Amino acid sequence: MNFKSLTALVATTALCAPMAFADGHMAKEMTIVSWGGAYSKSQQRAYHDPYSEMTGTKIINDDSSAEAVAKLRAMNEAGNVTWDVVDVVAADAIRLCDEGLAMEIDADTMLAAAPDGTSATEDFGELLVSECFIPQIVYSTTFGYRTDLVGDTPPTSVCAIFDTEGYPGKRALEKRPIANVEWALLCDGVPKDEIYDVLATEAGQEQALAKLATIKDDVIWWSAGADTPQLLADGEIVMGSTYNGRLFSVIEEQNQPVAMLWDAQMFDLDGWIIPAGLSPERQARALDYIMFATDTQRLADQAKYISYGPARASSAPLVGKHADLGIEMAQHMPTDPENAKNTFLYNYEFWADYRDDIDAKFQAWLSK
Amino acid sequence: MTDASQSGPMLAADGTPLKRSLARALRMQKIRALLLIAPLLLFIMITFILPIGDMLLRSIKNDIVPDTLPKTVVALQDWDPSSNTAPDEAVFAALAQDLKVAVESKTHTRLGSRLNYEQTGAASLFRKSGRKVKRMDLEADAPFKEAFAKIDKKWVEPEIWKTIKAYSPRITNGYFLNSIDMQKGAEGGAEARPENQRIYITLFIRTMIMSTVITVSCIVLGYPVAWLLANLPARQANLLMILVLLPFWTSLLVRTSAWKVMLQQQGVINDTLVWLGLVADDSRLIMINNQFGTITAMTHILLPFMILPLYSVMQTISPTYLRAAKSLGADNWTAFWRVYFPQSVPGIGAGSILVFILSIGYYITPEIVGGTKGVFISNRIAYHISSSLNWGLAAALGTILLGIVLIFYWCYDRIVGIDNVKLGG
Repeated sequence: MNFKSLTALVATTALCAPMAFADGHMAKEMTIVSWGGAYSKSQQRAYHDPYSEMTGTKIINDDSSAEAVAKLRAMNEAGNVTWDVVDVVAADAIRLCDEGLAMEIDADTMLAAAPDGTSATEDFGELLVSECFIPQIVYSTTFGYRTDLVGDTPPTSVCAIFDTEGYPGKRALEKRPIANVEWALLCDGVPKDEIYDVLATEAGQEQALAKLATIKDDVIWWSAGADTPQLLADGEIVMGSTYNGRLFSVIEEQNQPVAMLWDAQMFDLDGWIIPAGLSPERQARALDYIMFATDTQRLADQAKYISYGPARASSAPLVGKHADLGIEMAQHMPTDPENAKNTFLYNYEFWADYRDDIDAKFQAWLSK
Repeated sequence: MTDASQSGPMLAADGTPLKRSLARALRMQKIRALLLIAPLLLFIMITFILPIGDMLLRSIKNDIVPDTLPKTVVALQDWDPSSNTAPDEAVFAALAQDLKVAVESKTHTRLGSRLNYEQTGAASLFRKSGRKVKRMDLEADAPFKEAFAKIDKKWVEPEIWKTIKAYSPRITNGYFLNSIDMQKGAEGGAEARPENQRIYITLFIRTMIMSTVITVSCIVLGYPVAWLLANLPARQANLLMILVLLPFWTSLLVRTSAWKVMLQQQGVINDTLVWLGLVADDSRLIMINNQFGTITAMTHILLPFMILPLYSVMQTISPTYLRAAKSLGADNWTAFWRVYFPQSVPGIGAGSILVFILSIGYYITPEIVGGTKGVFISNRIAYHISSSLNWGLAAALGTILLGIVLIFYWCYDRIVGIDNVKLGG
């Protein structure tokens, strides 16, 4: 083959590659990005499978939610967004919305109304924390403890994490300031409704870190949600924070000697965004999926597979039994009244402003 | 005839001077060679050099402020930050016009997150003001200073204006200052950050020291293995080679997690030590979530990168040299140290460069087993890339890291000589 025909070949291949790619989107296909593991499985069974069956759309799963913000920004800069619907936590959705990387959603026209006719805006209520965010579940970061390591007095208050005499042993906390500094101030005697005012001041941040310093040598800092369940199962720690669904799995599915401590759980939201800049056709398909996957019945269905609370008020009464274990799921929801006696709701506005600043101080404090 | 051929230029067959003809032939050859490597060159340029160059440029680029607030930046030129009062009406009018445009393209919140890296609160200030400015009338709502004061009183305090002014040029040294624990002072000069925010210098130093320790432990552990590989009979050597390569075929995460199972307080090593009675049950050793954990796991992971170059160099050292040394009266140690070791130095050099450079860029393993004292600068770079989205700062940290590697490389070249590095025979 001479040089000329070689270049011709290379050129044709280069031209055909993006065309083949575009064809992929023409055939009814969409890429949905989520967290992987048990969570993606619950979405597969509650949303993807019925939707594919109904519309014939092929859904491709991509487990990249942990890096979604950075990847979306890179895709946007390269002008080639390959994702159609992305599952992110609310704080990331706000960041994406601020950066202009997610499209704005009009809840009342783009989302399904509740079966009784209540508008989507009302049904989701305060959980619509950003113009771009479609809430899906309420989860919480809360504590689990080893029942065999706490003696006769199982902890009832979150402040047990600071009580190293009553509960000796290591504890696991997340390697970031969010939630930890709130718990520290709460257990340092700051009234709950003043915590963010205190935390906005230099002195308040120091107070929180000083309180955390009292247990610094007893803490294992985790960065992946699977760490605390493993540490609890191995008996490395006496108690530790993680997502409530992970603890449910350790307690109910793996039958480990672990129990939940719901006190002062930190509520957070997880949901969908649609990337900005999709072609009209792909955008329409993404919206169609979202309309289906966030209706009242679908959100209630997801709770059959994982212990996270549906974001719609109208879904709560429809939550039934776990599909495989057959146990009643309502009492395992972070939103259950019995569990939600004392809660925090992730303060999005505050953390959007203070995250960079407090994180820098927190990391400097950690490395000392 | 002879005169002419000596004084005039020598001619080629077609009558052109030979020199020019030769140059043309050589040029053709060069162009052909260039054409042959052109695909590879283009590939490397497009996929490697350009993106890296672009990333490095981000460490000084600051277009977003003058692009989003063009009129405000100009109007701010006359404002004196040391006056400690907010600027006058003209600046606020410019701000209203700029924001009105920015809100349409939704760039005001992007600017807010950019300025929030420098001043806490800027994100919500811009988000909130954007919503109000959208409904503002550019004619009727003057004076704008009062209008903005009504939106948020931060607008009439000097702090936010100092930040905007400090970051109005298109090129900034702010990210680099931040990477060495400094910040822009009120007068535009550099000053040290408050002590409770200093972290990067500590991390740079820690990364260098720990990478050196990892490299040295790789040499100490890898040298005997490579020697065995090179000197055993082929059958045993092949088996050993498979054992060395085996970790390569296992996922990095699996290997790192395995170390967790080994090293943790309720782990295999501690359990064994307690069972043997060497360690009391209530004082189990802490071997993970600290520097020891990182060094152990990373030495294990990087060991093949030391063993393989060492092995390929040692294979070329003829055993007759050692025999000759011994027959001339050297004892075992002298024969090794004076004859064998100097010949294996190029292998150590190659292995050390590989291991050292790989280890300063590692972040997954330190993140999993390093706790708080065993994490590297790359963990912070990863955080700023994927979590805080402060790519400018990440780029500045990366540029400094790249600079440090180049300095090390230069020192190595001066001291050992880069010609003295061999990856094989």
